[in-house]
Amino acid sequence: MATVAAHDAHHDHKPSFFKRWFFSTNHKDIGILYLMFALTSGFIAVTLSIFMRMELQEPGIQIFDGLASIIYGFTGDAAIDGGKQMYNVFVTMHAVLMMFLVVIPALFGGFGNYMMPIMIGAPDMAFPRMNNISFWLLPVALILGLIGMFMPGNAGGYGPGQGWTVYPPLSTSAAPGPAMDFVILSLHLSGASSILGSINFITTIFNMRAPGMTMHKMPLFAWSLLVTAFLLLLSLPVLAGAITMLLTDRNFGTAFFAPEYGGDPILFQHLFWFFGHPEVYILILPAFGVVSHVISTFSRKPIFGYLGMAYAMVAIGAVGFIVWAHHMYTTGISLNTQRYFVFATMVIAVPTGIKIFSWIATMWGGSIRFTTPMLWSIGFVFLFTVGGVTGVQLANAGLDRAYHDTYYVVAHFHYVLSLGAVFGIFAGWYYWWPKITGTMYNELYGKLHFWIMFIGVNVTFFPQHFLGLAGMPRRYIDYPDAFAGWNFVSSIGSYISVVAMVVFAVGAIEALIKKRPAAANPWGVGATTLEWQLSSPPPFHQWEELPRIR
Amino acid sequence: MADAHAKKHDYHIIDPSPWPVLSAIGALVMALGAIAWMRYAMGSPLPFLGLDLANPWLFFIGLVLVLYCMFGWWSDTIKESHEGFHTRVVSLHLRYGMIMFIASEVMFFVAWFWAFFDASLFAGEAVQVTRSDYTGGQWPPQGIEVVDPLHLPLYNTVILLLSGTTVTWAHHSLIHGDRKGLIWGLALTVALGILFSCVQFYEYAVAPFAFKNSIYGATFFMATGFHGFHVLVGTIFLLICLFRAMRGHFTPEKHFGFEAAAWYWHFVDVVWLFLFFCIYVWASWGAPIAHH
Repeated sequence: MATVAAHDAHHDHKPSFFKRWFFSTNHKDIGILYLMFALTSGFIAVTLSIFMRMELQEPGIQIFDGLASIIYGFTGDAAIDGGKQMYNVFVTMHAVLMMFLVVIPALFGGFGNYMMPIMIGAPDMAFPRMNNISFWLLPVALILGLIGMFMPGNAGGYGPGQGWTVYPPLSTSAAPGPAMDFVILSLHLSGASSILGSINFITTIFNMRAPGMTMHKMPLFAWSLLVTAFLLLLSLPVLAGAITMLLTDRNFGTAFFAPEYGGDPILFQHLFWFFGHPEVYILILPAFGVVSHVISTFSRKPIFGYLGMAYAMVAIGAVGFIVWAHHMYTTGISLNTQRYFVFATMVIAVPTGIKIFSWIATMWGGSIRFTTPMLWSIGFVFLFTVGGVTGVQLANAGLDRAYHDTYYVVAHFHYVLSLGAVFGIFAGWYYWWPKITGTMYNELYGKLHFWIMFIGVNVTFFPQHFLGLAGMPRRYIDYPDAFAGWNFVSSIGSYISVVAMVVFAVGAIEALIKKRPAAANPWGVGATTLEWQLSSPPPFHQWEELPRIR
Repeated sequence: MADAHAKKHDYHIIDPSPWPVLSAIGALVMALGAIAWMRYAMGSPLPFLGLDLANPWLFFIGLVLVLYCMFGWWSDTIKESHEGFHTRVVSLHLRYGMIMFIASEVMFFVAWFWAFFDASLFAGEAVQVTRSDYTGGQWPPQGIEVVDPLHLPLYNTVILLLSGTTVTWAHHSLIHGDRKGLIWGLALTVALGILFSCVQFYEYAVAPFAFKNSIYGATFFMATGFHGFHVLVGTIFLLICLFRAMRGHFTPEKHFGFEAAAWYWHFVDVVWLFLFFCIYVWASWGAPIAHH
């Protein structure tokens, strides 16, 4: 393999500060920008969710009437109605931010940009300049979304309160104010960002692998990004079409979703979920990639069943395109359609099972070190499996009659996303922290962060299974007294997670202040991918002489 | 330049560039401007920090900024190509990039065809009572008079197919070093593109059904309208290639800018064939035809 390009440090001159961070064409700098951006919008999105849990801690309306009067200036009974709408806005924006502006930017944009070219032995991305507009469209999307929260939404209320699925007529005739238009254009821009990003990733992976690195020798993280990029490339334009129809229905009098003129609101759900289901794999696949590397590194074994792992992701991606209507069992689609979608959805359990069992088999007989990234990865495997099992329940059209739009669904997708994708982000964060910053983090803070977060999220989301089974519907500000107990527990869990976030921040700041230098490879012989052959942090331009893979 | 790093590979390490961040700012202004314009058009305010932002001009400020960035960005790309940065592998990147861009465009049209087939195949779906009341259980919906598919639409089909041959003529001339043929082929393609747009514009002006408040008008005008927009973009793309051809930018060996435009033009052509056979011919079979 390649020798470390140590001599490159001599002529490693970086552009001036402004040029470096605003006009960047360097995949590592753009990766860092993505990560900083994901942290920022993550902070906002977490704050929104904590307000929601504070509200749901007890039956009745506690805080949103007060918030509505402070922020929007409502008084009296109007404050209660304004508060209800505001709660819906928080639900919507929490989801939109978490998916489009936290998880994708962190895993795909951040770690993907920083690590993938290094891992495949490429000096940069295929389109370094386009890489930068992929990033800069995201702050723009965030600005649009945030402005939308303060714009008139439904009659007499502010902000987009439709939920992230923006179903008509909630998003058309029921929301005459411009707030919804802001969300639509925000989604358009973040979508454009992701499409350009995917074109860049696919081209880089196909054309820029180092000599000798065949597709079947490529690290699994790069495989996961390749599949993710294809999902983004082929699903996002369909969402773009769907929300453009919303936009024209709202502003230009078209009738796509207006049945009184021959339109069809269910059409929107088809178009939306044709994008929306691949979207959830877009969120989780890069986390699969990260976790594979971490588990292999800290078990000091190559990943079990490498090819199976790679093609399982390809299979998940492909089947992900033909299961969308399992989100629509209760819309009145025909029984035969439901039968097909139940079957197709259950098929996904096969490649997912391959992933789970291969991770376990990788650990089996390995010399395991329970470092912080390893804890996050094992947590990921366990909690993602829990989410996967509830997913099998929800995949059944019959059971879904009872579960649809209850907290059971909320618990399910938070187990795969909040405790899956986000655990994957943190696994990557600690695994690559030494590489990106050149400093070692403090294991104590890292482990404390993991354990508090692990307890916090489980206390938050596990009781929501019970609430859902008992019939508590999602997306409401209030609930009957019967649901009070587990809601209280769930809210306490979310406060525990906030403590974990504080520990996370303290750990990061501590590492940056103490500046304990990190070796090129702090993880030992288990870490075999190319990034560990470079200095920590890597030179500004790496692989000026391409590495050769045997 | 990138040479300062003494790189030993053929990839193009690009210098920092102002265009991405400026384009993003342009996109933000354009998005805000679009909302401001739509509010203005429907006569309602856009309250923003105590001001009423509803206006028809902010959009164009954003548009000008975006167009300026496109010009600057692609000028840089062309300049880099002339400086020899577009090695074999970098050209391959550009090819992959264009193919995938077109793939994403195809998926965008999938959404519009999906809407069309949802409406035309299921116009009388039993569970959709309100829709059936409107359509009368048939497609085109009751009371809709359609455009004669064998009139202007067929004419436009012939125009686009012909433009596909002229662009191929231009390509062959280019490969054989015949610059005159290249310029003529391109000029004719651009002319045919403009002719198509004019005919389409006329067809819209005399269309026997409305854009608003009808699923027929919505699916028809949005699907053909987005196609028309792509024809416009493709025509501009080819026009730029014409200017570049006249300046001698293309050589028989290296002319990816032209090829990308040609690919895009063929994509637009194929989308039209689908539109023609599905929306104009198949879906209006047996319907009352408007004669004007």
